[in-house]
Order: sequence, then C-alpha cells, then structure tokens
Amino acid sequence: MSEPPHDLDVTGDASRRMAERRIRNRALTIGLSVTPFGLSFGAVSAEAHLSLVQVCLLSLVLFSGASQFALVSIIGAGGSYFSAVGTALLLGVRNGLYGARINALLRPTGWRRFLMAEVTIDESTAMAVSETRSGHSARAFWSTAVSVYVLWNVSTIVGAVVGNALGSPATTGLDVAGPAAFIALLAPRLTTLRMRLVALGSGAIALISVPAVPVGAPILIGGLAAVALLLVFDR
Amino acid sequence: MKLWLAVMIASAGCAALKLAGFVVPARLLDSSVARRVLEALPVTLLSALIAVSVFATGNHLMLDSRAAGLAVALILVAIRAPFLVVVVAACATAAGVHAL
Repeated sequence: MSEPPHDLDVTGDASRRMAERRIRNRALTIGLSVTPFGLSFGAVSAEAHLSLVQVCLLSLVLFSGASQFALVSIIGAGGSYFSAVGTALLLGVRNGLYGARINALLRPTGWRRFLMAEVTIDESTAMAVSETRSGHSARAFWSTAVSVYVLWNVSTIVGAVVGNALGSPATTGLDVAGPAAFIALLAPRLTTLRMRLVALGSGAIALISVPAVPVGAPILIGGLAAVALLLVFDR
Repeated sequence: MKLWLAVMIASAGCAALKLAGFVVPARLLDSSVARRVLEALPVTLLSALIAVSVFATGNHLMLDSRAAGLAVALILVAIRAPFLVVVVAACATAAGVHAL
C-alpha cells in the first residue's frame, strides 16, 4: 500500500493515495456506525433466548442486519417461526439484486464469487457504486466489507454477552447513521434531474406500500418499480 | 430444536440469495437493458431503504427525530460537506430532537 512514488505520474499517484485514504476513512466510519446495531442485535437475541452459538452463526453466515433483526425480533415477540424466517428471507432478496450489480461491476471468478457474495450488503454495495467513476470500486467494496464484517460480529458478541451498553440507537441518533451515509454515497449518482426523480419515486412508492405489505417488501417494491419507471422514461 | 431450524434456514437462505446475483451468466449482464437496470438498481433500492428506515417503523409511517437527521444530511450533502461531517451531524441532530 505504501510503495514509494517511483514513476513520473505524480498526480495519478497522489490522487490514488487520496482515494485510498478516503475509502479507508469511509469504510471505518460505516463499520463504526453499525456497531450500535450489532450491540442491540446481540442483546435482543439473548432476550429472545437464542444461544451465543446461534447468535454468532447468524452474524457470521446470514450477515445482513435487517434480516437478522427481523428474525430475532419476531421470535422474541412470540411470532411464528414461519413468519420470522419468511421476513428475514424477504429482506435478504435485495442483496441478491445488489449481487448482480457487483457481479457485473467487479466480475469475480471461482471461489472469490462465494466470498464476495457473502459480504454483498447495503454498505459494501453503496461504497462500490460510489467509486465507479474513480475506478476504485473493488477497494471500496472490500474495505467496507471487512470493516463491517469484523465490527458487526464483534459488537454482536458483546451485545449478547454484556447487553446493549449504548442504549437504543434512537437515543444516540445512530438510527440515522445508515441513511445519512447512504445519501452521501448516492450523491455522485444523483446529479441529473432524471435520477433524482427516480430516487424520490423509489422512496415514495416504498413508503406508500409500507402500511399495506409485509415488512421487507416495501424496499423491493420501491426499488423495482422505480427501475421500471426509469426504463419507461428512457423509451 | 425449532429455533435451530429457523436459524439454519434463515442463514442458508439469505446466503443463497446473496449468491444468486453472482451466478447470473456474464452474457446476460452485458445486454443494454440489463446494464441500465443493474446500474439503477442499487440507487433505487438504497433510496427506498433510506425512506423506509427514516419514515417507517414496522408497518406504520412515522415522522420523528430521524426526519430531522435526514434533513440535515441532505443539506450537508448538497453543500458538499465531508462524509464524516454528514454522518455525525445527522446523528447529533436526530439525538438532539429525540431528547426534546
């Protein structure tokens, strides 16, 4: 990472190092912003009578905050296992859609595909697409993936063992850390009126559907409907 | 036992869903429609995610401290504030409004 600048392309080298620093700082910020949710998830899981092994398995293998929260919250509230698993899966569908984009962008082959798929989540995808123009998507993807994976798993264990020391994410305002970070990362993609309208449309459609459909569905409905609208616009 | 089954099915299922996008054949990803759809998808899905995580709780629409945090984030992004400033200021605002 810190090889001496030996070529003549000084500006290229400097801009590369700037990008590396930017990506490292952002990846760390995003990783830290998921820790209150990790603590909270661990604590909620323990209250729902999941064993430490089960909690760790979810964070290591399922590794998708929204799905994990839905699963343990529904079980903890005495809901059916069927609806708990169903909601977790519904919330997991968007990772598959992100996967197709990351696949097209980074073209992993062989075993790397499995590793990349496992860490394809909101955060790593948002970082990767925010760096498409700079050409640093792969670095942005992996830095964020490692940062979030490590901090999510550590905070999950701490939350399950000692409880949620930080209190609810709402009290600390950390419930908007994710949305704020995603807005900042989407900004370079929202420079045209057309894309801004599509993004607003997506949010609006998702919200309209919130009272009417199961939890997890609104994000998919908004996201897919907005893409369909975009295709119609462009005809 | 049922709990173990739920944990296993949810884990395996969500991991499989993540993998789904990576087993799409390359030639399907390269058509012009697919390219446009795939480029827009993360933007629209994340926009929907932002809307739902700020204005909804479960099946209910809500207007609370999170909206204030979002407004601050939008303003700071519009004036090109640094990433960390956007995130920290949004959280501080939401926490402040929540404490009122």
